[in-house]
Amino acid sequence: MTVEAIEATGQGSRIKRARPLETRLRRGREAAIKAVLFLCAFISVVTTLAIIFTLLQETVGFFREVSIVEFLTGTKWTPQISPKHYGILPLLSGTLLVAAGGAIVALPAGLLTAIFLSEYASPWLRSIVKPVLEVLAGIPTVVFGFFALTFVSPQIVQRLFPGTQVFNAASAAIVVGIMIIPLVSSLSEDAMSAVPRSLREGAYALGSNRFEVSVKVVVPAALSGIVASFILAISRAVGETMIVALAAGATPNLTWNPLESVQTMTAYIVQVSLGDTPQGSIEFRTIFAVATALFVMTLAMNVVSQYLLHRFREIYE
Amino acid sequence: MMAEEREQAIQIGQHMAQLSELQGDTEGEPTFGEPVMEMDHLSVWYGGFQALRDITLPLPSRRVTAIIGPSGCGKSTLIRCLNRMNDLIPSFRVEGQVLFEGQDIYARGLDPVDVRRRIGMVFQKPNPFPKSIYENVAFGPRIIGYSGRLDDLVERALRRAALWDEVKDILRRNALTLSGGQQQRLCIARALAIEPEVILMDEPCSALDPVATLKIEDLMRELAESYAIIIVTHNMQQAARVADFTAVMMMAPDRAGQMVEFGRTRQIFTNPRDKRTEDYITGRFG
Amino acid sequence: MTGSQTTFRARLFARRATAGGFLLLCLLATALAIGVLAVLLVDMTREGIGRLSWDFINSFPSRKPEQAGIKAALFGTLWLMGLTAAFAVPIGIGAALYLEEYASRNWLNRIIQTNIANLAGVPSIVYGILGLALFVRTMSLGRSVLAGSLTMALLVLPIVIIASQEALRAVPSSLREAAYGVGASRWQVVFHQVLPAAMPGILTGIILALSRAIGEAAPLIMIGALAFVPFVPRSPMDGFTVLPIQIFNWASRPQAAFGKDAAAAIIVLLAVLLSMNAIAIILRNRFQSRSRG
Repeated sequence: MTVEAIEATGQGSRIKRARPLETRLRRGREAAIKAVLFLCAFISVVTTLAIIFTLLQETVGFFREVSIVEFLTGTKWTPQISPKHYGILPLLSGTLLVAAGGAIVALPAGLLTAIFLSEYASPWLRSIVKPVLEVLAGIPTVVFGFFALTFVSPQIVQRLFPGTQVFNAASAAIVVGIMIIPLVSSLSEDAMSAVPRSLREGAYALGSNRFEVSVKVVVPAALSGIVASFILAISRAVGETMIVALAAGATPNLTWNPLESVQTMTAYIVQVSLGDTPQGSIEFRTIFAVATALFVMTLAMNVVSQYLLHRFREIYE
Repeated sequence: MMAEEREQAIQIGQHMAQLSELQGDTEGEPTFGEPVMEMDHLSVWYGGFQALRDITLPLPSRRVTAIIGPSGCGKSTLIRCLNRMNDLIPSFRVEGQVLFEGQDIYARGLDPVDVRRRIGMVFQKPNPFPKSIYENVAFGPRIIGYSGRLDDLVERALRRAALWDEVKDILRRNALTLSGGQQQRLCIARALAIEPEVILMDEPCSALDPVATLKIEDLMRELAESYAIIIVTHNMQQAARVADFTAVMMMAPDRAGQMVEFGRTRQIFTNPRDKRTEDYITGRFG
Repeated sequence: MTGSQTTFRARLFARRATAGGFLLLCLLATALAIGVLAVLLVDMTREGIGRLSWDFINSFPSRKPEQAGIKAALFGTLWLMGLTAAFAVPIGIGAALYLEEYASRNWLNRIIQTNIANLAGVPSIVYGILGLALFVRTMSLGRSVLAGSLTMALLVLPIVIIASQEALRAVPSSLREAAYGVGASRWQVVFHQVLPAAMPGILTGIILALSRAIGEAAPLIMIGALAFVPFVPRSPMDGFTVLPIQIFNWASRPQAAFGKDAAAAIIVLLAVLLSMNAIAIILRNRFQSRSRG
């Protein structure tokens, strides 16, 4: 089983053969290293479990005092003013209003930009536009929020619709949309570049022009990848905090009018933590309940998006 | 067509006769002696697919042995079994034995790392590390824990690989700046540096030009004085030029690889015993 | 035949018109992104450049906007970046090494992989809540830089892992084979050959992750990083603030003068981010040229 050791000869430069102890030490070291690396990877699992546990623990306590029916269907959210109401719909409508507005801005613009980059643009043009999109993607959301409050709201929304307050869902929604354009654009472009050239070439050979190839061949072929990018972007818009905290408003408001001031779920959470609400009180517990709703929504969207991407990659890879 | 193939076989036979005179053996035949490695009823599966069936093959020490056969018959799989490189593939399963100095290298508890330090490998496409020439050769000894004078060892390995004169002034330069043939010789030096007993070469010249190829074939004959050289090649003329012994493999109808014949190269090419060998050599298929 | 010819020509014209209109639409969409970026940068610069001065960088926040500065926020950001990197980089690279070089394809490893992809999409404020419950309260780290950096490390971990995995995947398998062929153990192959070869991509991923962390405010607000911090952290257990929170605080105030402070702080933040990205590009080019010889 073991290999004999050959002692170093007089020349002093022969290589010794491994002794069994050396081998066993090496095997032990390798196993230890693998275990450490596994722990590093496992931390991600622990993180998810910790998030779920943290949210659930406080949320369960919350629902002992507040009925879940009221939470899910109530139309008033006033946990800090008497009489106390705990209906999440105003916050939910605020979130959805901003997310929908952002989607109206970002999905067409992002997809068109992606089509342009993927099907039309020359390499030179692409080398200019792509870094610009990367810079846009890297701008902190608090900067976008400030931009929404000091530029978009007064110079755009209030000019177009005089009489609007400075805090309104529209300015937040527009800027949220701009923030997620790079996400839609880069993921859609990835999906479109995975479509094989032969598909395009076949269409060109039949006499189609670039528009027809892009819209009638490439986009349908890349559709699940594109839809995945849409869902991911909307999920990002739902989870966005700083833009809405600065520009959308601070009072819950159940409305579909984007010109009104609204409060989103994320902005509410920030508001409570900035305040003096005592920890352990039911008012403080509301942030966990709202956060759980937020987490469930974004998780569902991300899972669907991952599934679509997975299916898309299976077809093309 | 048949006349051409006959011509080819006769040519190879004449070539062999010339070679054996040059080799200077009294009878003109290379001797065998104790095998340094032996495959004993070796069968290999990748998942459900059987790649090799019941291979039995002795491998002589200090000789060049060539493994030839049509593409897809499992030559690469075979040679990779000799240093347990196939272990890196998750679905790999093996039955039978591969003996090195009398011990089965697939024995339970034997670390493939130890095996690969005695049995080196040179690959089809030269793959030097993206580091300096010196670092490439020094890497093996370093990780073994060699504590002697690395400079001497590097020089010795590069000399044995017939590369020292070309690179002795540029040892710190990145290995990827060398030509294809030089890179392959560097890979040979890298394998030599850990002083194995056996050197496996998986189609080492298929990515090189004819001049580089000839240099490496000369090197193989030199190295065979101290090491057992096992090479896989799809080029029959190369096997005829370089190898003392030749093993012929074929693909069975179920695509498993089988050993068909093994013997002295001259005998294989001039007087094959198995009809399948004769068919392959004369180009009737494969 | 003339009838179908005119129909064909009419249809051709309509097709060409739609194609041209569509191209116009695409150009407008692309121009939108570029235009907005330009407007944003110009607007911020206009607002804040007047306030930008050495005093501004060297002062603490104050109730008077003309005297307020970002010293505390800047140092807090630096502290936070350093500690976050110290946690996220080794763990992230370690996890990526495990997933790419060691893990077999079983159910546990697939769960880990999907889980990481999902974590990348969790809103940052949820990480803040986790940090609050776990680091601030349960581990009693209080509202310290340590708690903040642990929270941010968890936030950026998926980014580091995914980017590192991609970098490791790009290393050709011939390199690994060559190293195994010389008798290297798995860790020796990974540490001496694969990891150095993947370094440019991994470094880019790290800088990407840190750029994201620098701009985040929501999770840190959750764990209690305040905005009125008149001191610089001296130890990981000290309280702290960061640039984005300082910006948020000033931006929420009604006085126009605080708006200028916010804009000036934004300029500083963007400058820091830009230099980080420039470093990433330089490092990537330097590594690539070295490995080509």
